[in-house]
Amino acid sequence: MSARVLVGVKRVIDYAVKIRVKPDHSGVVTDGVKHSMNPFCEIAVEEAVKLKEKKLVKEVVAVSCGPQQVQETIRTALAMGADRGIHVEVSGKDYETLGPLQVSKIMAALAKKEEADLIILGKQAIDDDCNQTGQMTAALLDWPQGTFASEVTLEAEKLKVVREVDGGLETIKINLPAVLTADLRLNTPRYATLPNIMKAKKKKIVNVKPADLGVDVNSRLEVLRVDEPPQRSAGVKVETVDDLLGKLKEAGRI
Amino acid sequence: QSTLVVAEHNNEHLTPITLNAITAACKLGGDVSCLIAGTDCAQVAEQLSKVQGVKKVLVAQHEAYKGLLPVSRTSVLELQLLGRVAAKLDVAPISEIIEIKSPDTFVRTIYAGNALSTVKCNESVKVFTVRGTSFEAAPLEGGGAAQEEVSPSAPVGISEWLEQTLTKSDRPELTSAKVVVSGGRGLKSGENFKLLYDLADKLNAAVGASRAAVDAGYVPNDMQVGQTGKIVAPV
Repeated sequence: MSARVLVGVKRVIDYAVKIRVKPDHSGVVTDGVKHSMNPFCEIAVEEAVKLKEKKLVKEVVAVSCGPQQVQETIRTALAMGADRGIHVEVSGKDYETLGPLQVSKIMAALAKKEEADLIILGKQAIDDDCNQTGQMTAALLDWPQGTFASEVTLEAEKLKVVREVDGGLETIKINLPAVLTADLRLNTPRYATLPNIMKAKKKKIVNVKPADLGVDVNSRLEVLRVDEPPQRSAGVKVETVDDLLGKLKEAGRI
Repeated sequence: QSTLVVAEHNNEHLTPITLNAITAACKLGGDVSCLIAGTDCAQVAEQLSKVQGVKKVLVAQHEAYKGLLPVSRTSVLELQLLGRVAAKLDVAPISEIIEIKSPDTFVRTIYAGNALSTVKCNESVKVFTVRGTSFEAAPLEGGGAAQEEVSPSAPVGISEWLEQTLTKSDRPELTSAKVVVSGGRGLKSGENFKLLYDLADKLNAAVGASRAAVDAGYVPNDMQVGQTGKIVAPV
């Protein structure tokens, strides 16, 4: 199959970093904080690269929207095995308000421009926890969607997708072209090896602007303030079952 | 001004989270209508029309809605629909709100609950999902909504529902359980979760698990609690 896959990769604050809210409540502290690729995007990249290794697709293109720094995230995807990158440059005020709606418009426009057959995204980003971009991209393109995917098989030009739903698993079959969003258990992303990191430096990243794609990045959502969540009081450790029962009774729970 | 709530059900019962969403919708003011889509959902439509606060119930029945059934997290179904609906309307949706400050200002969590973001939505139509655990359930009686059939649009045939394998359990549903017993890697094996099941049965509790326990294969993934799993709110 000569398919082309677009994979979205988002640069987010590293999952291990403790989030701090800015004193003026305008957002969270991002300066001097370690950033990495959103973990769900890593799973998406891995799935795309696996499809390529099985010779089911021809080319994997990694896309990221944001300022100059997102090129590092694209490089990571290239080191994992993506063939080339597209950096959609959004900076300053536009980047602050960049949300899933704007990103999905960009992804949809790129899918048409690049004649993609499949878009794989992470199911959600660990910063805004929106879980929207895949669904919206599919809607804008009028493509079917396989969200929360935990297993994907390509069968005669159709995709069989096992999805993680609330009560268990669900299996659907969707036509190509399609949009997939990766859930946690779809695969285990590989570590980029040093030779591959070096090779990735030679791979091409094209720079485009949303306006080149005919996308307006204005947002009608406005973040008024960001606050710390209410403090959680510490838990207690009990030694025996009787202690536990005692505590529960004390608290009036049983 | 009016609000449409998309109801979730399994053809027999409403999913409890729908009642929480109705409470949220009532807080916005204006009329609240509910859309119910399925294959054979007259019974659920009947239940829904009795819910306090609901003015109108729109019923759409079609074979194509098969499989669009029993689901509930801020539910995979809601998240599935939310984006598609919003993109078609060209509005930015808001996922999982936990508080309504005013009809256009909402609070939601970001960074897995490590920060709270207050968002003002300047869209003409506001599309959002609610975190069920943050709103009370609307009473199941006292209402008297009119029912109205809506003709479903023709299926486009680009995707097909094949099957569903649901984990069966007699314990309360995790997202709405009043008591939750949760286990992690410390239990060391799936067999040891039996300890929690026994305890949970005594307490009439649901059993949850950390991501580590799910990843290690001790328990199925629908038991996972947290950012990428289910949101619980024991009393």
